[in-house]
Amino acid sequence: MSGWHTGTLAQLAADLRARKFSSVELVRAFLARIDASQATLNAFISVTREQALSDAAAADRALAAGSAGALTGVPIAHKDIFCTQGVRTTCGSRMLDNFVSPYDATVVAKLKGAGAVMLGKTNMDEFAMGSSSETSFYGPVRNPWNPQLVPGGSSGGSAAAVAARLIPGATATDTGGSIRQPAALCGITGIKPTYGRVSRYGMIAFASSLDQGGVLTASAADAALLLREMAGFDANDSTSVDTPVPDYVAALEQPLAGLKVGLLREFFDKGLDAQNEQRVREALKVYEQLGARLTEVSLPNLPLSVPVYYVVAPAECSSNLARFDGVRFGHRCESPRDLTDLYRRSRGEGFGAEVKRRIMTGTYVLSAGYYDAYYLKAQRVRQLINADFTRAFASVDVLMGPTTPTPAFAIGAKTSDPITMYLNDIYTIGANLAGLPAVSIPCGFVQGLPVGLQIVGPHFSEARVLSAAHAFQRVTDWHTRVPQGYA
Amino acid sequence: MSAWETVIGLEIHAQLATRSKIFSGSATAYGAPPNAQASLVDLGYPGVLPVLNAEAVRMAVKLGLAINARIATQSVFARKNYFYPDLPKGYQISQYEQPIVAAGALDIVLDDGEVKRIGITRAHLEEDAGKSLHEALPGVTGIDLNRAGTPLVEIVSEPHLRSAKEAVAYMKKVHTLVRYLEICDGNMQEGSFRCDANVSVRRSGAHQLGTRAEIKNLNSFRFVERAINYEVARQIETLESGRAVVQETRLYDPDRGETRSMRSKEEANDYRYFPDPDLLPVVLDAAFIEQVRATLPELPDQKAARFASQYGLSAYDAGVLTGSRELAAYYEDVVRELPQEPKLAANWVMGELAAALNKENLEVGCGRLPAARLAGLLRRISDQTISGKIAKEVFETMWSGGASADAVIDAQGLRQITDTAAIERVIDEVMARNPAQLAEYRAGKDKLFGFFVGQVMKATAGKANPAQLNELLRKKLA
Repeated sequence: MSGWHTGTLAQLAADLRARKFSSVELVRAFLARIDASQATLNAFISVTREQALSDAAAADRALAAGSAGALTGVPIAHKDIFCTQGVRTTCGSRMLDNFVSPYDATVVAKLKGAGAVMLGKTNMDEFAMGSSSETSFYGPVRNPWNPQLVPGGSSGGSAAAVAARLIPGATATDTGGSIRQPAALCGITGIKPTYGRVSRYGMIAFASSLDQGGVLTASAADAALLLREMAGFDANDSTSVDTPVPDYVAALEQPLAGLKVGLLREFFDKGLDAQNEQRVREALKVYEQLGARLTEVSLPNLPLSVPVYYVVAPAECSSNLARFDGVRFGHRCESPRDLTDLYRRSRGEGFGAEVKRRIMTGTYVLSAGYYDAYYLKAQRVRQLINADFTRAFASVDVLMGPTTPTPAFAIGAKTSDPITMYLNDIYTIGANLAGLPAVSIPCGFVQGLPVGLQIVGPHFSEARVLSAAHAFQRVTDWHTRVPQGYA
Repeated sequence: MSAWETVIGLEIHAQLATRSKIFSGSATAYGAPPNAQASLVDLGYPGVLPVLNAEAVRMAVKLGLAINARIATQSVFARKNYFYPDLPKGYQISQYEQPIVAAGALDIVLDDGEVKRIGITRAHLEEDAGKSLHEALPGVTGIDLNRAGTPLVEIVSEPHLRSAKEAVAYMKKVHTLVRYLEICDGNMQEGSFRCDANVSVRRSGAHQLGTRAEIKNLNSFRFVERAINYEVARQIETLESGRAVVQETRLYDPDRGETRSMRSKEEANDYRYFPDPDLLPVVLDAAFIEQVRATLPELPDQKAARFASQYGLSAYDAGVLTGSRELAAYYEDVVRELPQEPKLAANWVMGELAAALNKENLEVGCGRLPAARLAGLLRRISDQTISGKIAKEVFETMWSGGASADAVIDAQGLRQITDTAAIERVIDEVMARNPAQLAEYRAGKDKLFGFFVGQVMKATAGKANPAQLNELLRKKLA
């Protein structure tokens, strides 16, 4: 079983089918890595050891019987925002510390159906609100490249776990960059699909019009494989789109020559760290060498995406989180005096500071007298940003730029200044506002820390975006680098 | 003329008769054990999402077409945010700025026969909340979410109603309509049809509306009438004593017959409405709307007009007989059997039959007395086999026993005597037995005519044909 933990998902699935090792052996080996790293990285909230071993045994029986699916026996982890039947689903919050979901999210059910074996639930910013995975009730996640640093967020647990090769692939969600930003900061590949491509059913809502499930993996090829199994229309999610899922794996090798790449002028601005920019420019050179045609494009309204996001997302969250009231599930305060006391203390105790900040912001922008000035205006600007993207995609196939302004920062460095923290998502939010698919791939290092290149495509262009990422990874090896101590 | 004018607008909540809820697959049946019909979606569990029930949309469109309203080609669901334990998600999914139905109208008939058009501002789809059970469990409040997510259509009238009576007439009209359309069972006891009344008063002739109070959750026509009358009197009294009416929400207490303040405008919730991002806008094309239009039944007003002209009925009778689809169908079934007697049929359906049904709290469609049976009885009145008076006795027997009219008539020997000679024979006997009364009558005491009628009827057990008897008696007594 040498080198198994750095094997690609496809390779692991093939080796399992070839009976090179059993799923039980593989699961035990990954569980050991998870256990060994937990004290340092804190990437997992729950490890579902027994269930995983029994599922792996079942997978081995299926493999022996020759009835294996695309991922049979392959270990994965789910971000703890996805509901998992019979397994605690906390969303990183004290509010759901005691919540055992009675049902599986569609994504969870689909990956289960494809044969994947869940090893646990990954740590995350509370209710996916954060860019550093520090707001979790279960403590901060640490970056495997340097445990003094954040892994990014909110899907920091999934990102750290994949970067440290504790798991070959993990689900994640992205509302303003929560897949791509941690992918960049941890040196791995992450894709946020088109809004509506992956079902949101069973994915605990933060901002419904922006949330989208996706994956974190080492490579674009692995992302293509996982995404193919979890994407698709779901009658339980009215916003999921009923259009066929292409075979992203089969589409990986499509030629890159002639690809029209737009460089977002607004992304190469003064906020971008110079060395970070250098790595991104070098990556763009590689694309040029591969036959891509680079042109600069401008999306004039894109700089407004952060303020728009911090009106729309809190507004939706203030409503989405109203159901956590201590009445039917989740945290309930001790001996409430009356109904108001029950609400106040259950929510006051159950939610952390960042969640409260966003609920308050959202409640404010939706209030009578402020709705027009904030929420409605933000929605109008969102339309303008959409229009900017539409215009850009009339002349280019994909847009490229940095995923983040800087590499990973120190734990605690930005927690006292939410605005600085929010600016971390400045390059990623636009794709959420417009519902576009976007990947982040590793493209080099700055002082030993990974840097991400972002590729954004038109709606439902996942195959194009993933194949562009794959073309880069065929000629570079950044995605194969593993942090020291995890090799 | 009164110094004050009353202004009323109604918000009617009609529960749509879909089999499942508006955003989940749970059943909507009434009376299940608490929470037996609450799915994870109804419970507002983390991660669940609403999926719109297409049938609810179809029903709302049906209503919109029936009130000649504008059907929105695009309508939007919004969230109405507030905290309450029987509202699981912390928001109610409703329609706010873009309702599915806008600008319709219904005609009501006033006491003096005048027809008044009541504007309907809008009708929108929304989900119902659950129920808090304060009495069932000692010391705690129980929550029953069976009703949570039940589809409602809220029908909002313009402030065109000028009295409690008009409000009731309008509400009844809507009640009739939704049952005609088969989009609501109209059951008010179970809360399937209820309303909020916005009531204000102003000086007669004033143009500006007075400050209104909203009376919540009225679930019977009688309560609507009483609550409005109480509220109007209260507001007039308030204003006449120099105080101001406060804009507030009030509750009607049927035991005390009064309205009570629930919360004032200052205490009112800021519902923070915004479009629900979990649901796409409802987009309807012309083909769908026309397809729904094709399913519209003959509407109450159309049917009443047809009844009046086709059967020669008064507007009032036509209105009563078309009060429900079932009653109208029953009437037409009777007339089909007996086309020559539409008025007789109307009188009997609205009279004896309605009274008998009422007495036992039965619906016309209960099958107790099929239309053909009633027609059989009326046929015997029509061909003079029995008199109207005897017919009532036969009806009683048929109602309780279920036999046909002819069987009852034969078994009880009730066939009317129309043989002139036979009637004359009885008259002669009666005259012979009552010489004193005969003398008095002939001396000018006309009132005794009735005495002789009664005696003959008594002797014939009521079977003498009344018209013939009158005529023959008058001749003989002269």
